[in-house]
Amino acid sequence: MDKEKRKHGIPMAKQDVLDRIHNFYEVALGYNEEEAVIEAERCLQCPNPLCVKGCPVDISIPEFIKEIKEKNFVAASQKIKEKNSLPAVCGRVCPQENQCQKFCVLGKMGDPISIGRLERFASDYERKEGVSIPEKETAPVTGKVAIIGSGPAGLTTAADLVKLGHEVVMFESLHSAGGVLMYGIPEFRLPKEIVQTEVDYIKKLGVDVKTNYTIGRIYTIDELFADGFDAVFVGSGAGLPNFMGIDGENLGGVYSANEFLIRVNLMKGYLFPEYDTPIRIGKNVAVIGGGNVAMDSARCSLRLGAEKVYIVYRRSREELPAREEEAENAEEEGIIFKLLTNPTKFIGDETGWVKGMECIKMELGEPDASGRRRPIPIKDSEFIMDVDTAIIAIGQTPNPLIQRTTEGLETTRWGTIVTQEESGATTKEGVYAAGDVVSGAATVISAMGQGKTAAKGIHEYIEKKKGPK
Amino acid sequence: MYEIVTKQELATNIYLIEIAAADVAKKSKPGQFVIIRLDDKGERVPLTIAGVDLSRGTVAVAFHAVGRTTKKLAKLNTGELIMDLSGPLGNPAEVSNFGKVLLVGGGVWCSPLHYVANALRKNGNKLYVVCAGRTKNDMVYEDKLKAISNEFYVATDDGSKGNEGLGFLEDILKNQKFDHVIVMGPVSMMKKVVEMTRPYGLKTMVTLASLMVDGTGMCGACRVTVGDETKFACMDGPEFNGLDVDFDELVKRQRVYLPEERMASMIYDKFAGGVKRG
Repeated sequence: MDKEKRKHGIPMAKQDVLDRIHNFYEVALGYNEEEAVIEAERCLQCPNPLCVKGCPVDISIPEFIKEIKEKNFVAASQKIKEKNSLPAVCGRVCPQENQCQKFCVLGKMGDPISIGRLERFASDYERKEGVSIPEKETAPVTGKVAIIGSGPAGLTTAADLVKLGHEVVMFESLHSAGGVLMYGIPEFRLPKEIVQTEVDYIKKLGVDVKTNYTIGRIYTIDELFADGFDAVFVGSGAGLPNFMGIDGENLGGVYSANEFLIRVNLMKGYLFPEYDTPIRIGKNVAVIGGGNVAMDSARCSLRLGAEKVYIVYRRSREELPAREEEAENAEEEGIIFKLLTNPTKFIGDETGWVKGMECIKMELGEPDASGRRRPIPIKDSEFIMDVDTAIIAIGQTPNPLIQRTTEGLETTRWGTIVTQEESGATTKEGVYAAGDVVSGAATVISAMGQGKTAAKGIHEYIEKKKGPK
Repeated sequence: MYEIVTKQELATNIYLIEIAAADVAKKSKPGQFVIIRLDDKGERVPLTIAGVDLSRGTVAVAFHAVGRTTKKLAKLNTGELIMDLSGPLGNPAEVSNFGKVLLVGGGVWCSPLHYVANALRKNGNKLYVVCAGRTKNDMVYEDKLKAISNEFYVATDDGSKGNEGLGFLEDILKNQKFDHVIVMGPVSMMKKVVEMTRPYGLKTMVTLASLMVDGTGMCGACRVTVGDETKFACMDGPEFNGLDVDFDELVKRQRVYLPEERMASMIYDKFAGGVKRG
C-alpha cells in the first residue's frame, strides 16, 4: 500500500440524517467486508504496538487486524474475545479516539487505524455466522462467586471467572440482563439484539443469570456468603440519578435521563401503545447536561417526534464531556446547543406540567479541580426558555442499597466503594467491586478493564483460601 | 416465569392472586412491594404485598382491574404464568409495639393493610381498624380485618354500608388517644385522613405507591416531596409520615400519564379484551 493511501482511513457509512431522525435503527452502519479488509491493510503491524497499551483490556489489536486482512473474520473475532467478552458492544460505544486509536502510529501523519470499526465488523460477522462457544475446560469447579449487576463490569468479571472454572451466579435487579447497555444506551447506538447476544454468550459459557433479584433487598452480601458463596463481586453501577435541586423539578414533564432512557430503551416506550409503557414527549425539549447520556436523551427526543430539542450545558463546546462523534451526530441531526447556559427553575402550568425553564447565562472563569474552566453565572442575565419537556442528564451516583446493607464496606463521600486498584478488593473480605460503583459514572470499557482486574483478584483470593486446584 | 397458584375475586373487579415465588416469599415483610411484568411487552407495575405462604412458597397481591395491565392480569387464571416478578422491594412498614394503633384501609388496599395489621397485632398492639370502600360492593377483607381488631369500623363513600364517609373519624380521634396511625388507600383518602390527624400531631404513616418504573432507585419517577426533601418512594419508602408529604404535588404527579393510561385501557377493552396475547 502506498504511503499516501495509507494516510486515509475508510469512512463508515451512516444512515442518512433525514431518515434516521425518524427511526430508532442504528445510525452507524458498519463496514462491509471489502471496506474492512482495505482498512485492515493500512495497519503497520508494529512489533511493539502502542495501540494495545491504550486498551484497558489488552486486546491483541494487530493480531486481530491481521486476521481481518487475511479475511479470517471469525478468527479475528475470536482473537478479540480472548480478552474482551463484549466486542460488538465495545466496537460501538468505546471512546477509541481516546484509547487505542490515540496511540496508533498512523495517527501522527494521517488517520489512525479505525480499530473500533474493525472490532465491530469482526464481531458482527461472527454473530451473523453463528457464535461458537469455546470448549469448556472440564477443570473442577474451585469456587462459587456471586456477581451483583449484569452491566459491562459484571459481564466481564463473570465471563473471566467462569472460564477459570468457577461456578458463577449473576444477580440482576431488572427483568433483562445487560445493565446500562440495555436500559441506558439507545437502540440507534447499540441495538439491544447485540446486547442480548452478548448476554446469551455469557450464559452459554455457564454463568447462571438470575434476573429480578435486587441484592440489598432480597439478600444481603452476608447472606450470600452464608449461602455458600466464596466471593462476591459488586458491579451495581451508578444508577441513582442526580437532580439539580431547583424549583419545579418535580413537575410533570421533568424526567431524569435515567427515567427517560429506561422508558424508551428498556421498556420500548417509543412503541407505545403496542408496548405497555408510555413515554410523553413535548414539542420543545430541553436536555440539561453535556455528556453522552445527554446526547442520547436529546437524540431519542428527536426520534420520538419533538420539534425542537436543546442541549443546555453550563460550559462551552470545548468542555463538552460527550464523545466528539456523539456531539457531531447530535448537531447533524439538528439538536440545538445552548451553551454557557444553566437552568435556575422550572415553571409549571395549572395542571402541574412544565411550560418553561428559567436559565441564566454563564461565562468561564479560572480552571477548577477538574481542570476545566469553572462556569460563573452572569448577573441579571436570566431568561426563559419555552419548553414542555425537560430531561436532567447531569450525572448519576451509585445506588446506595448494597452499601447501606453491608457492614464493613467502606465508601467515599460520593457513595462509591473503596477498592484496591490492583485487585478490585474492597475493605470487606471476599468482596470485590468494579465499574461505575467504584469510579462513578465512567465508560463501558473502563468498567470492563476493572472487571478483568477484579476477576483476577477473586481467582487469586479463592485459590489462596482453598488451595490451587 | 412465575405461576399464578390461586385466584379469588374479592369484590367487583378486585382480585387476590397468589404467585409462586419462593425466594421472594421468604424475604417479604409487611409494607414491601413487588413489581410484576406480564409479558415481554408489559409495563412494570408495583403491587404491595398482601401476605406470603412460606410452606407453598407464594406471594399474595391484590389488585383492582382498572388499567390495561391489571385488566390483563385479571384475565389470567390459576396455572397461568406471568413473565417477571421482582421483590421484595421498598422498606418494610414499621410494625413495632406502639400501643394503640389506628389503621385505615380503602378498597383494594385493605388486603395489604391486613398483612401489616397482623404483624402489628403479633407485636402486641391494640388495633382500631377502619375498613372503607366506595360502596358495600367494594368492601375487601372486611371479615379478616375484623377478626384481628380490638375495635372495628366500616365506612362507604355512599353510606350503603356502615358510616357514610370518613367524617366519623373526627369523633374517634377526639375521644381516643392513639400512638400510631397507618393509612393505606387511594391518595385522596390518605390525604383526608392526614388532615384529620394533623391537629393532634399524630404520626400518620401513608404508603405511596406513586408511579414507579424500576422500583430500585434508578429512575426517580416515584419522587415525592417529604418535608423539604425530594424522596424516592421506592428507596426511601414506600411508607412515609403523611404529615410531611406534599399531597398536592403527589396528586399531580400521579395524573401525569392518565391520558396514556386511559387510551391503553380503552384500546384493550375495544380490541384485546378477552384475547390473550401469545
